[in-house]
Amino acid sequence: MTYIAIFITYIFVNNFILSQFLGLCPFIGVSKNSESAIGMGMAVTFVMGIASIMTYLVYHLVLLPLNLVYLQTLSFILVIAALVQFVELIVQKNSPALYQALGIFLPLITTNCAVLGIAIMNINENYNLMESFSAGVAAGLGFTLALILMSNIRERLDLHPVRKAYSGVPIAFISGGLMALAFMAFDKSLLTNLLG
Amino acid sequence: MTSERREVLTRGIFKENPVFVIMLGLCPTLGVTTQVVNGIGMGLGVIFVLVFSNIFIALLKNFIPNSIRIPAYIVIIAAFVTIVEMVMHAFVPSVYNALGIFLPLIVVNCIILGRAEAFASKNSVLDSFLDGVGMGFGFTLSLTLIAFIREVFGSGTITLIPIGSFDGVIKIPLLYNYPIRILSLAAGALLLMGFLKAFFAWNSERKGETV
Repeated sequence: MTYIAIFITYIFVNNFILSQFLGLCPFIGVSKNSESAIGMGMAVTFVMGIASIMTYLVYHLVLLPLNLVYLQTLSFILVIAALVQFVELIVQKNSPALYQALGIFLPLITTNCAVLGIAIMNINENYNLMESFSAGVAAGLGFTLALILMSNIRERLDLHPVRKAYSGVPIAFISGGLMALAFMAFDKSLLTNLLG
Repeated sequence: MTSERREVLTRGIFKENPVFVIMLGLCPTLGVTTQVVNGIGMGLGVIFVLVFSNIFIALLKNFIPNSIRIPAYIVIIAAFVTIVEMVMHAFVPSVYNALGIFLPLIVVNCIILGRAEAFASKNSVLDSFLDGVGMGFGFTLSLTLIAFIREVFGSGTITLIPIGSFDGVIKIPLLYNYPIRILSLAAGALLLMGFLKAFFAWNSERKGETV
């Protein structure tokens, strides 16, 4: 039950882009067509899942026992940077097809605030290892969902006349705002109604 | 001060404003701007980190091997972010709590890494210092502007730091009772950002500049 709640929370209720404002740079930058949106979303989900596990282990096996909690930010970002590099190497070696799909997005992920964000949130929420992993994957899926929706909107917008001042980024923000308004329907009461 | 130096210092404020023109560091821009004091707090934190990381990267640029420069920059930035976190926790706990997760996330604020890579790694210490001050100031101004609009219209107040008998909250008569609540919510932040961006695009178009 906890896991279902985590998934619904991070995909819909606390959607990383539309209600937490984490990962806005790729949301605007990589949402011009749906293919790259799917690629970016999958790469982020993948890294967020693994990063959740790794940062959990670093925090509970290294930082807490050694009383180094104040190094949290520094160690997490290093773990994530190393992890992204590592994932890039492994994917490149073992699965050229996947590398072709995700390759160009992987280096961008180190500075995606969603990844460091979920790592810190897991610690703040006191999740255990499995819950951290689920939260990472769920937040990644929520990110992917918002990115795909946005890319579809922007593909349609390309075919419509938009005033020059609004074209490009401004209209993307406004569409995003309207989407966030729709996502407000997913709130805490929805969660309690679904799960009792 | 030569005109080139002045240009380095001032371009971050309008011409190359990090938020409205270069479009970097958007997450904290929308995430923390529900109250003016949070916008200013975030801006000051970013100025501190940006200035010191720019100085240190400019000092160390000849010693950092090219292939590992990004991780090296991130470590330098993370060290200063940790300092900011500790200082804010100790002296302004209310701002620290309001900024929450966005404070450690200064590490991945693209402005800082962006300036490190694009400017500090190629220029002298003094120029990098000026660039950090200018860009940080431009970021703070944009954040304060967005926070001001969102707070005044979204909740009808202006929250500043409490001093003495003044509790730090200015209430605006009519708007306090009938606020446009959406502006303080997530959706309103995105809408406002879109409209502001469109306004700046229209403004530069009107002046005959290329966007």
